[in-house]
Amino acid sequence: MKLTLKVWRQQNSQDKGRFESYQVSDVSTDMSFLELFDVLNERLINEGKDPIAFDHDCREGICGACSMYINGRAHGPWHETTTCQLHMRAYNDGDTIVVEPWRAAAFPVIKDLAVDRSAFDRIIQAGGYISVNTGNAVDANAIPIDKVDADAAFAAAACIGCGACVAACKNSSAMLFTSAKISQLALLPQGRPEHKQRAEDMVAQMDKEGFGSCTNTGACEAECPKGISITNIARLNREFITAGFTSK
Amino acid sequence: MLDAKIPAGPLETKWSKYKSTVKLVNPANKRKLEVIVIGTGLAGASAAAALAELGYKVKAFCFQDSARRAHSIAAQGGINAAKNYQNDGDSVFRLFYDTVKGGDYRAREGNVYRLAEVSAAIIDQCVAQGVPFAREYGGLLSNRSFGGTQVQRTFYAAGQTGQQLLLGAYSALQRQVSLGNVKMYNRHEMLEIVKVDGKARGIIARDLVSGKLERHFGHAVLICSGGYGNVFFLSTNAMGSNVTAAWKAHKQGAYFGNPCFTQIHPTCIPVSGDHQSKLTLMSESLRNDGRIWVPKKKDDNRKATDIPEEERDYYLERRYPAFGNLVPRDVASRAAKERCDAGYGVGASKMAVYLDYAEAIVRYGKIEASKKSLDHASEQEIIAMGKAVVAEKYGNLFDMYAKITGENPYETPMRIYPAVHYTMGGLWVDYDLMTTVPGLYALGEANFSDHGANRLGASALMQGLADGYFVIPYTIGNYLADEIHTKPIPLDHPAFVEAEKAVKGQLDTLMGIQGKHSVDHFHKALGKIMWDKCGMARNAKGLQEAITEIQALKEEFWKDVRIPGKQEEFNPELEKAGRVADFLELGELMCKDALQRNESCGGHFREESQTEDGEAKRNDDEFAFVAAWEYKGPSSSELHKEPLTFDIVHPSQRSYK
Repeated sequence: MKLTLKVWRQQNSQDKGRFESYQVSDVSTDMSFLELFDVLNERLINEGKDPIAFDHDCREGICGACSMYINGRAHGPWHETTTCQLHMRAYNDGDTIVVEPWRAAAFPVIKDLAVDRSAFDRIIQAGGYISVNTGNAVDANAIPIDKVDADAAFAAAACIGCGACVAACKNSSAMLFTSAKISQLALLPQGRPEHKQRAEDMVAQMDKEGFGSCTNTGACEAECPKGISITNIARLNREFITAGFTSK
Repeated sequence: MLDAKIPAGPLETKWSKYKSTVKLVNPANKRKLEVIVIGTGLAGASAAAALAELGYKVKAFCFQDSARRAHSIAAQGGINAAKNYQNDGDSVFRLFYDTVKGGDYRAREGNVYRLAEVSAAIIDQCVAQGVPFAREYGGLLSNRSFGGTQVQRTFYAAGQTGQQLLLGAYSALQRQVSLGNVKMYNRHEMLEIVKVDGKARGIIARDLVSGKLERHFGHAVLICSGGYGNVFFLSTNAMGSNVTAAWKAHKQGAYFGNPCFTQIHPTCIPVSGDHQSKLTLMSESLRNDGRIWVPKKKDDNRKATDIPEEERDYYLERRYPAFGNLVPRDVASRAAKERCDAGYGVGASKMAVYLDYAEAIVRYGKIEASKKSLDHASEQEIIAMGKAVVAEKYGNLFDMYAKITGENPYETPMRIYPAVHYTMGGLWVDYDLMTTVPGLYALGEANFSDHGANRLGASALMQGLADGYFVIPYTIGNYLADEIHTKPIPLDHPAFVEAEKAVKGQLDTLMGIQGKHSVDHFHKALGKIMWDKCGMARNAKGLQEAITEIQALKEEFWKDVRIPGKQEEFNPELEKAGRVADFLELGELMCKDALQRNESCGGHFREESQTEDGEAKRNDDEFAFVAAWEYKGPSSSELHKEPLTFDIVHPSQRSYK
């Protein structure tokens, strides 16, 4: 296949940035989307040009590092798929593909397609944990947990923190990310003692980072590579409102 | 003489006696002691969190943009623990025994027993943190079985166990960050160990965004930077996984243990072309229900589903009736290679075997039908119900396979082939997890200690968390108790100045070469040499050739590598170049180690040393030792031997027949 790539190039956070076009030929349908970028970068290096910077690591859809906005969609066209798992058989000969970084005020661009997502770490620091020190635990089977709740907690915990939800949202809201962690811990008995404080603190941190409000349109769920449900946002809202009425 | 410092006394009481007699540091002094942790995977994150909880001042570094992305996140199958929740006869002793045997008698009994002993507490700790392990309808934890064992002791969270455990450790770490006990440095790479009076006292790190070098002091430094499988270029490791932190430590005096012990995982998705950047693992848990086979006829080009049952060779079940498809990884990998080399491979490349779920789907479907009293369920209904069960157990793995290959594994068998996955070798450490440099520790995959010559499935997660949560918090006190009078060393101390100058010098050199070839060009060339000559099967001639070839490649690299951009900016190519420079040196050492170990054991298969039916043949008289290599300058290393003694488990030819 022959493809045209229009890629966002931005030298650093201060640079204004612009699109640049690249023609790539001999694209195999077995290639992953990031392997296409490897091939293009190899060529740019050989031509003495600056390769395109992008975040990536595990290349099996679990680390959450890769973060390309492809033809107007976070992680491209495939359902529940990260950029690294997207393969070129999704495209046809002659296609033009536009690739941008996540665009959100809370995710400043570092270079080209790589953005700074440390705001997510700070949201977790605000309360995305259970306050238990090492060595304090009781026997694991001393706390039976309803399988339905355990499965729902797992489904929420499957979030990979990639930020696609923010990129897909017209308000750049981080509600899906934040609610996934709040839900996971709220559904488990171990997480109950701190649940009110957790909801209040994590939401406050999310606002402080400059993420927008929830649009209730569900773009986040539609684009989430792990299929995290917006039911979690409903649960966050319930947790947050209950906390507001009842916390001491 | 290398002293592992294994405590005296009976195996079962070594660790408890150690814990009750080890030196302690009082809380007021802990506040004054600083610990640097390199890497935030299971070992690093758990160690950083646990030490901060105790009151130490911790600085944690990772090259990723967040601690949560460390490669432990990609572990799929599970974590072992001797809980015996299934009442199937498991015990600390059995986990210990399976691990020593699985490691082909090349691990220390004392270390392995401790690992088995603390395994149960890891599960308790993770559940307390909110790790959502799989559960039964009664609300209790579920288990499954893994290769190399005959009990069900593996805890799991679908095919994402590593993710869930890492996020547990990450959340504990972030909690300590919020409490001000840990200072976190994302997008930082450690490039040198700073030693003062022979002790590790800090690091030089590069801020990967600004490209600037930084000096950091610590009373102790913990290397938790994972394994070095990426020396092969193609492996299941993340693209960024590297040996640099461990290798810099090695060059500063830490011995490197058993570098040639690499694990080739039997169930990975085969290579599809030259563009391939990494390989994807399909969890070993798939071997619980899947059956592995090749056609009985050579060069059989029929579709898998067109090959009738009687023309299929279920070679693992045939060769190893007792363990069948659940033989340990090294055995399964070699058996696949043997079939493919003999001409029975499948797929376009002929370098693959089938992993088939057809039978499991029918079996589960029948169980469902019987549960629902559907005595007259049609074959179609049974298959549909069976697929639903398989989807619940392995759905995410099947989806992953479908995305990569474009084939539907519920309908047609998966094609798999072995790939480099884990490295048992690593920095040599004693019972305290301290390297041969005082104050410098190595935890998790970065050390060599517990898996011998072959790691059993679901044991890497166990070891990483054991080291971080339950071992280092005790053993580090043994060293730091004597350091309470050491004041933080000023960063303008000559040792820091010199170390930074050396790092800067190497970066300047790399940037200045401006040659013709990209870093990946050299990395791929190195990977090919390693895979061909130091991979699943090795022989003296090939290893000698590999050493010569790597030396030549190294010379070419330092003359002809091209790194675009500038040093003081975000420059991923420069990061890669530094890592490949270290891989080139490591690759040579791995070949030297493989050459001196003229026996087959675990993942290390020397063609000169095999039984009549092609199984690995150990040589306990000559090779029952840990090979610990001391760095003596470029291409020069000295071998030290730590003898291994077995008081409890008697080494025998491993048999899974």
